[in-house]
Amino acid sequence: MKLHLRIWRQDDSQSKGHFGEYDLENVREDMSFLEMLDVLNEQLIDSGQEPVAFDSDCREGVCGMCSLVINGKAHGPLAGTTTCQLYMRHYKDGDVITIEPWRSEAFPVIRDLIVDRTAFDRIMQAGGFVTLHSGPKPEPNSIPIEPEVAEQSLDAATCIGCGACVAACPNGSAMLYTAAKISHLGLLPQGQPERYSRVKQMVEQMDKEGFGSCRNYAECEAQCPKEISINFVSQMNRDYLKATLLEPVDRRSKMNAQ
Amino acid sequence: MQRVLALYESSLGKKVVVAITGLILYGFVLGHMVGNLKVFTGNDAAGEPHIDIYAHFLRTVGEPLVPYSFLLWIARIILIVALVLHVYTVIVLAKKNHSARKKDYARHSYSQASNTARWMMISGTLLLVFVVFHLAQFTFGTVGGAKFVEGKVYANLYFAFQRWFFAGLYILVMAGLALHVHHGVWSLFQTLGLDNPDRNRTFRLLATASSIGLFIGFAAVPILFYLGLMPLPPATESTQLADGVM
Repeated sequence: MKLHLRIWRQDDSQSKGHFGEYDLENVREDMSFLEMLDVLNEQLIDSGQEPVAFDSDCREGVCGMCSLVINGKAHGPLAGTTTCQLYMRHYKDGDVITIEPWRSEAFPVIRDLIVDRTAFDRIMQAGGFVTLHSGPKPEPNSIPIEPEVAEQSLDAATCIGCGACVAACPNGSAMLYTAAKISHLGLLPQGQPERYSRVKQMVEQMDKEGFGSCRNYAECEAQCPKEISINFVSQMNRDYLKATLLEPVDRRSKMNAQ
Repeated sequence: MQRVLALYESSLGKKVVVAITGLILYGFVLGHMVGNLKVFTGNDAAGEPHIDIYAHFLRTVGEPLVPYSFLLWIARIILIVALVLHVYTVIVLAKKNHSARKKDYARHSYSQASNTARWMMISGTLLLVFVVFHLAQFTFGTVGGAKFVEGKVYANLYFAFQRWFFAGLYILVMAGLALHVHHGVWSLFQTLGLDNPDRNRTFRLLATASSIGLFIGFAAVPILFYLGLMPLPPATESTQLADGVM
């Protein structure tokens, strides 16, 4: 098939950027979207032009490296699919495809379609960890956990940190990412000691990075390649309120009777 | 108090303020709509409309424990503070959201964001402007014709809604309220962390039912007055009527 591609070109975070217009012929249905871009790049290199820079790594839908807003949707038109798992059979001859990077002030463009997502790493560093002892290995089943709770934690843990939630959110909010990370640890017994300090620190870091604030559009949930539920956002709100308003500050002082 | 201020520092805390003030304002519009229904119950034995008696009751409730209009003013102050906090916080958050994506996409495509959610700023602005106008018309009596008499609620409504542009404006704004409530009443429970898959259907149903119910309850007043289905205010001379409708 023959396609017309409008691709965002930008030399670095400082330059203005513009759309490049490209015609691509002989695109096969069984190519993945990224393979289609590989073909375009070979064509560009052959004709002495600069290839389009885009992120990818595993190309199996699990690493979270690939991105791209395709015709206005993060990771393209299919629900629960990363860009690398999107195949050209979903397009038809003569289609015009607009490809843009994640657009967020917290994710500056490095080049073309590649953005800097280290803001997510800093949110993780702020509290996305649990404290474990480094002594002898404990018996694996020594900590009992409700299977449904374990499953729910795993649902949150499927987040691959790709940033589609931020890209999809009309407000550029990172609530779904932060909520998924907080819940995946906060639901497990191992995550309890830092449960309330974690939510405070990670939310504080999320605000510092310059993400927008959530307006409950649920657009993130719909465009998340792992279909993570906004139930986790509600859970984060609950934990955050509890952490800031209800968790005792002074646990040990004496109290007087009236 | 310190903890509340610390909460307000964060974006989540600001959203909680919008949610709680929104809940207060939602409670107010529900009460207002239910109170308005007194318009339809007619007059008492002495010929005074029930809505006028109800309006007087709102001022005398609590006497002699508290002075005249005291509880009404408490409610008014709570509502004014709630409204100011609601609007101010939304503006702060909207600015933050705007600066989170300075360079927008060339193409937009929404998967499930509802129109009512995306129009919150439009419906909210409409409601804010309307509140000022509505107070000027039916509380201060400074707009809407010479016929305004304080305390004569039924007559004031009757004369105002004989005019198509007032009736039309009120119906339009109540549609705006319906849109605002349709997203807002669900959204506030999500922001307060009370929503979960078990309760989601209930909260969404509550929002939709509130939206429809508030629209019907509020819009019935201008519609029925305009269509001439409501009886004349008591003790109305035909010359007064002519004055009232201009």
